[in-house]
Amino acid sequence: MGGVMKIWISQHIRTLIAVIARLARTPLASLFNIGVIGIALALPAGFYVGLFNLQGFSRELAADPQISLFLALDAGPADLAQIENRLRQLPGVRKFRYISREQALADIKRSTGIADVIASLGQNPLPDAFVVDAADNGAQSLEKLRDEFARWPKIAYAQLDTAWAQRLEAALRLGRLAVLMLTTLLAFALVAVTFNTIRLQILTQRDEIEVSRLIGATDAFIRRPFLYFGALQGLAGALAAWAITWVSIYLLNNGLADLSQLYGANFQLRHLSVGDSLSLLAFSAGLGWFGAWMSVNRHLSASAPR
Amino acid sequence: MISFSGVSKRYPGGYEALKNISFAIEAGEMVFITGHSGAGKSTLLKLIAAIERPTSGSIVINGQNLGALRPRAIPFLRRNFGLIFQDHKLLFDRSVFDNVMLPLNIRGFDRREAQRRVRAALDKVGLLPREKAYPVTLSGGEQQRLCIARAIVHRPAILLADEPTGNLDAAYASDLGDLFKSFNQVGVTVVIATHDENLGARLKPRSIVLRQGEWAAS
Repeated sequence: MGGVMKIWISQHIRTLIAVIARLARTPLASLFNIGVIGIALALPAGFYVGLFNLQGFSRELAADPQISLFLALDAGPADLAQIENRLRQLPGVRKFRYISREQALADIKRSTGIADVIASLGQNPLPDAFVVDAADNGAQSLEKLRDEFARWPKIAYAQLDTAWAQRLEAALRLGRLAVLMLTTLLAFALVAVTFNTIRLQILTQRDEIEVSRLIGATDAFIRRPFLYFGALQGLAGALAAWAITWVSIYLLNNGLADLSQLYGANFQLRHLSVGDSLSLLAFSAGLGWFGAWMSVNRHLSASAPR
Repeated sequence: MISFSGVSKRYPGGYEALKNISFAIEAGEMVFITGHSGAGKSTLLKLIAAIERPTSGSIVINGQNLGALRPRAIPFLRRNFGLIFQDHKLLFDRSVFDNVMLPLNIRGFDRREAQRRVRAALDKVGLLPREKAYPVTLSGGEQQRLCIARAIVHRPAILLADEPTGNLDAAYASDLGDLFKSFNQVGVTVVIATHDENLGARLKPRSIVLRQGEWAAS
């Protein structure tokens, strides 16, 4: 049994070496094929990277919808204590946090690039505020809660932070749909490219296939090198796509560094994660395999004995 | 070992290549299938090797009924045979050595054992000195012998040859006859489709004579 296993493995390794040799024998054609697949995959991969960067950004902002209560500028410590008390008793409030105007000013100075502007104002323009997390994050109950806060004395403005985050989320959903459609189309293109490449190979190796079948080769044996070729070509294409995406992000990040320095902040695009990269490779190799499989099967069933 | 009963083969278009053929070939026999061209000799060989399927009748090889054979089993049936083709069907993009290696690769032989067997087969047909040559540089007779080496390298139980002396001069043809005889002497069943009467006179095999697709004499 061990011997059979060894032969099986050595057959596969031999096939793999032969297939790599075949790729290397026609370097220009192989490069063009890999390039086409790489560019076709880099497109959705790039979109995907852009989306998840945006998504990370929006998630930071909209992880939990919050209601900000901005107090009137003339609210005194007594008003503050009263509002705090009412918040504590209101059942719709899960928790709340007080942000004093001094703290708000310090935060703003730290996190955005408008510190100079604020410094030039001379006095603190910000009000005291409470940030409230609701017990129920449904859109309707949030709006009801906000309307109630707005009626309280000494509250200048109650703002629900979810509206624009929801809009962004909807836009992202649309983007994800677009990526999915693009991926589907280009996956089809990848299968078609592989199908045709393998079809041409089959034409040039017609004699070998015919003779092999006549002297006892199974369909699996005949299929194997073509499947390896398809998968390998898909894998190489995915590596090209990955490299294109990586270099693009790298270059964009260089540009972003300059831009974000001017804003006094630090924006950086994230690269494809290890998991996503592996998915890309597996997806493309699988499609290459599938395209080759369809191509060989079509040939084999067309030339079966009658 | 090989038995036909009531086998007919009609090609699409209505041409009837074989009509109601019955015979049996025992293990270790040497049998010639003779007749004029167009008598159905090649068709008969193709039916044995399951390259074509009969229109009616049944063919039994090694106790297996070909009609009941699933397509997946056909490659394994074919591994019982050594096939010698009229047009040789050599692969011109690989060396003499690699041509003979092909059947062993298909069967998944251990590499070292396979190389040993390839050299033995090439030696048997006298082509060992040309192992690195490409088929296109071989003469017609050498190409035929290369085809034979490829057919015997996996030591098949049955050797099927279609017009093996077709394009060869008389001296070559008699060498080839001796070669087939030597295989038969070690127990290989040999079935040769031929209209070469010299070969028949030399080997004195049992003959199955076909005339326009019908059994004519035995």
